[in-house]
Amino acid sequence: MTRKGRRWAIVLVCGVGLGSATALSLLAFSSDMVFFVAPSDLAANGQPGRSLRLGGLVEAGSVHRVSEGGEPVAHFRVTDGKASVDVSYTGILPDLFREGQGVVTLGTLRPDGTFRASEVLAKHDETYMPKDVADALKKAGMWDPTKGPPPPAATWNAMATRTAG
Amino acid sequence: MNRRQVLLTAPLGVAALGGAAFWTMLRGMQRGTFDPRGVPSPITGQPVPHFDLPAQAPGQGFTSAELAQGKPVLLNFFASWCVPCVQEHPALLALAKSGMPIWAIAYKDPEDKAAQFIQRHGDPYQRIGRDTPGRVAIDFGLSGVPESFLVDGGGVVRWHWPGPLDASVIQDRLQPAWRALG
Amino acid sequence: MIPELGHFALALACALSFAQAILPIYGAWRRDERLIAAAPGLACGQLLALGVSAFCLVWSNVVDDFSVLNVAENSNSLKPLLYKITGSWGNHEGSIILWALILALCGGAVAGFGRNLPGALRARVIGVLGASSAGFLLFSLLTSNPFTRLWPAPIDGRDMNPLLQDPGLAFHPPMLYAGYVGFAVPFAFAIAALLEGRVDASWGRWVRPWTLASWCLLTCGIALGSWWAYYELGWGGFWFWDPVENASLLPWLTGTALLHSAIVVEKREALKIWTVLLAIATFSLSLSGTFLVRSGILNSVHAFANDPARGVFILGLLGVVIGGSLLLFAIRAPALSAGGIFAPVSREGALVLNNVLLCSIAAVVITGTMYPLFSDLILHDKLSVGAPFFNATVIPLAVPVFAAMTIGPVMPWKRAALLPALLRIWWAALIAVMVGLIALTKAPVLPALAFGGAAWMIAGAAADIVERIRLFRLPAGNSMARLRGLPIAAFGAAIAHAGLGVTVAGIAGMSLARQQVVLVHPGEQIQAAGLTWALDSLTDRTGPNYNERVANIRVIRPGEPDLEMHPSRRAFTTQTVTTTEAAIHTTGFADIYAVLGEERDGAAVMRLHYNPMAPWIWLGGLVMAIGGGLSLADRRLRVGAPARKTVPLGVSA
Repeated sequence: MTRKGRRWAIVLVCGVGLGSATALSLLAFSSDMVFFVAPSDLAANGQPGRSLRLGGLVEAGSVHRVSEGGEPVAHFRVTDGKASVDVSYTGILPDLFREGQGVVTLGTLRPDGTFRASEVLAKHDETYMPKDVADALKKAGMWDPTKGPPPPAATWNAMATRTAG
Repeated sequence: MNRRQVLLTAPLGVAALGGAAFWTMLRGMQRGTFDPRGVPSPITGQPVPHFDLPAQAPGQGFTSAELAQGKPVLLNFFASWCVPCVQEHPALLALAKSGMPIWAIAYKDPEDKAAQFIQRHGDPYQRIGRDTPGRVAIDFGLSGVPESFLVDGGGVVRWHWPGPLDASVIQDRLQPAWRALG
Repeated sequence: MIPELGHFALALACALSFAQAILPIYGAWRRDERLIAAAPGLACGQLLALGVSAFCLVWSNVVDDFSVLNVAENSNSLKPLLYKITGSWGNHEGSIILWALILALCGGAVAGFGRNLPGALRARVIGVLGASSAGFLLFSLLTSNPFTRLWPAPIDGRDMNPLLQDPGLAFHPPMLYAGYVGFAVPFAFAIAALLEGRVDASWGRWVRPWTLASWCLLTCGIALGSWWAYYELGWGGFWFWDPVENASLLPWLTGTALLHSAIVVEKREALKIWTVLLAIATFSLSLSGTFLVRSGILNSVHAFANDPARGVFILGLLGVVIGGSLLLFAIRAPALSAGGIFAPVSREGALVLNNVLLCSIAAVVITGTMYPLFSDLILHDKLSVGAPFFNATVIPLAVPVFAAMTIGPVMPWKRAALLPALLRIWWAALIAVMVGLIALTKAPVLPALAFGGAAWMIAGAAADIVERIRLFRLPAGNSMARLRGLPIAAFGAAIAHAGLGVTVAGIAGMSLARQQVVLVHPGEQIQAAGLTWALDSLTDRTGPNYNERVANIRVIRPGEPDLEMHPSRRAFTTQTVTTTEAAIHTTGFADIYAVLGEERDGAAVMRLHYNPMAPWIWLGGLVMAIGGGLSLADRRLRVGAPARKTVPLGVSA
């Protein structure tokens, strides 16, 4: 094989490698992309079956937990103020999941208009808020040293806990 | 430049493009226009939701219609149990002193606690509504307290900031948005 | 006083690193022997200063000096001593110090072990390392000073994120950082080669051990991180395609490619420009990955506190390091001499294929990680790319890698034929097919194929050794003699390849995992995930800085004693954060995994898993690292090529 031919062989291998990578990516993008939607988007044009991330607030008083066939299922409504969607989730809810608080759920819309979540992230759990917490602490000495340790993280995260009943 | 040189410059080009994009993102994050982890706020550019809130001492309650009476207003959600609200308070007092009308909504707070909070830390608010059940907050798509909304004279939300207002937020973001409303 | 000493030592290290960056490179350029000779001293001086500084930081943490802001924010007097020490680097400021310290160690190692490198080359390498150190130390001093004082000092600190109070995570960052930062040495060699305008076989030989050492550490670091996520996050998964995980995977992929292309440079003097580019790319990816996470652009389940203002500094730093090196590459690389020539079907050809595929995988991982950001920025579309995307793109590209990595090593250099190579390892193929068929009786098609693939890799690695010693084709004595004569590196490579096979087997097993969420009352027995479970009681327990709710469960197995497990939820007293402590029982071939969730009406929500082959995932990582470590011990890597007079070059791993 000539030098030129060999060089072309390498170019060909690279082309096939990168080409298939591109093709696979495009193919996966068309089917596996997860869009972020709000409840009002779902109300307007929700396509059942597609994997989606639904974000909004857990409506106050909407959470009820039941046991279906031995499995614990949580039902709650997620709202963005304009529309709300029924969500069901089987599994362990995050520690900071609370009514009136932001959540992001991952799942699919079912034909009956309810949303079946496979994953629920509390928007204000510690993985979501460190920026504000850090900034706040940067303003330093913020907590009153005579009172001992600084306020617990959950209270920095705004709405999380000590709400008045 | 021959083909080889062009080819070997390509990595630099790719890196430069990436760098420029990240630069734009960082600038956007600092200005609050780009938030990679944020949930999009549906309310900016929309009229405020309809509400009628009872008074929270020492202020006077208000309705959504009263918010839309020709003058821009800074609407601030707060709660006595929220530490960043304490931190934000001096900035609000300063803003009120400089002549910015600030209306407030006490979020999920018992009336006496919220009143004590204002008594202790000062009162920058012209009107104060009480949203103990947190319903209005849901309509606003609140993600936490404190959170502030700039509402124009027509009752449309023009700008919003989730989190405490500090000197840099006020100077770099709130003031420009305020000036834009005239 | 101690924090001030630490601060001073940090400033001193920064000044020394600037000297280390400027003097040796200038000296190498002007051929000033005195300046060239100053390089090792400067590198050691910087290491010493930074070591003192890091010690002061650890000291402040150990003695609970809450007048130091960093300690007050991240530590607490109740925290166990181990986490007081490891907590020093468990936060942003401290981790930058750790990062810089490892970089300084690299500089010190080049100074110490590189005595036989040509003086000018060593000076340049140390200079480049000094320049990167200078950037990070400046970053630390200007934006992330760990020694900032807080007055008045609080009585107690805010405590560390409880998720990080874990032995696995205590050692994960140093390991991972050592891997990331270790790639600074091949990077420095690449820059030095560009400055010199020369890349040859001996360059490849010097670069390889450093790459190998960093690669081993990075492999261990990634495996440790994945293991931590598996048992501490309690989600029962081992890899989530989280941006932070992807950020560590990317340099691993290009680093693996670099490891293999450096062999081609060493043996055949080909792929030289490509190898230089890979060395630059690997370190660039190490840097950008970590620091994009820090700036808050990429978000993650395990993120540090982040700050866009810091991000600007970081981006500037990245611009100088990456932009500068790629600019140098664009200017100087065309002048490098063209490489040797080889047939497409040959050992070199297989290694090129490996490089192309690994880089393609890296490209799709970058695409998947970055696309949501760009779509948000340009199209204002909020979307995310999750595991389905990565599975659909990475797996098809990984399959040819697995196929080729067994055939490649049995092909001769320069020119080969595919068929004879395949014939030499026919029995590995036979084993793979048999394992695949057996698996097919118990598992669906894809996992069965993966098991077959894993067997192919493990048997193929053995076949490589068998082939080299001509076992069964020569008399046994001759074979034994060949075995003894075989370089350690050959074993190392075979073991590392087999390690990947072990990991693949583990992943294939995990795809068969069964999990179930159940609501159980104490005293109740249930069937879940193919096992019988009994919840005996729910009890409370108090730890040093947490309160714990423990579920006492038993797994009832026929013919075997009951297995007791105690999954728990910990509420940390100083941060109102709860963590989930999964209970894991491993049998070597499977994990029984239980997580305690919330309680309602006296019943506990539990998630119960049966994860076949799970331990193999991390075992494979360890085996890979051991293989790499063995190769490091090879004498050949330490003996200079005749082209340039060099002798031993070892590596501290």
